[in-house]
Amino acid sequence: MEAAQALADLTEISTQIKAAALFRADGTLDASTLADGTRFVEAARALLSAAEGVRSEPLVQLEAATAGGSVFVVRDGDRLVAAVTGPEPTVGLVFYDLKSCLRSSAESEEGEKPKRAPKRKAKEEGENGEA
Amino acid sequence: MKRKLLVLVAAAGAVLASVAFFRRGSARRERVDLYFADGSMVSLGEGPDAERLLALGRTTLDAAR
Repeated sequence: MEAAQALADLTEISTQIKAAALFRADGTLDASTLADGTRFVEAARALLSAAEGVRSEPLVQLEAATAGGSVFVVRDGDRLVAAVTGPEPTVGLVFYDLKSCLRSSAESEEGEKPKRAPKRKAKEEGENGEA
Repeated sequence: MKRKLLVLVAAAGAVLASVAFFRRGSARRERVDLYFADGSMVSLGEGPDAERLLALGRTTLDAAR
C-alpha cells in the first residue's frame, strides 16, 4: 500500500514518467502503475542483469535511451524502481524523482513519515512550454 | 529539359540528405548510460554491449505499453 502511494506521488510529481514499478532484487513486485507490472519488472530485471555484466563494479542506476523512449532503473540496496519516459527526457530530473520515490517507499515501510518531494509539475510544464 | 533534370536531381539529393541527417541524429541519440557505485559512468552508444542492452531496453518499453 505504501509502495503504491510512493508511485502515485511519483507520477503526480513527474509528468515525464509514463509508467513505473517498485520491486525487490529477487523480482518481487511491490507496486506498479501498470495493470500487470510483472512483465515490465521481468524485462527491467533482464536489462539490469545484462548491464551488470559490463563491469564488475556494482551498478546503481541506468538509462537506456532509444528513439521510442527511455527506460530508467535505480537501485537502493534490495529495492529497485524502474520507469519509462518518452524520448529525450530531462535525465537528471527523472533520476532525482526515482530516488525520492525509493526513499519515500523505504521510509514508509520503516514506519517513518515519508518526506514527499516538493511538487514540481507546474514548473516542469512551464519548462516544456505547456503552461 | 536539361535544366529541369538538374532541378530534379538537386531535389532528390536534398531529400536523401535530409533522410540521412535525421537517421544519423536518431541513431546517435540511442545509448545506454550506466552509473556505478564508485561514481563512475559508462555511456554505451555502439558495439555489441550497446546493441544487446538497447534491445533489452526496447523490450522493457514494449512491456510498459
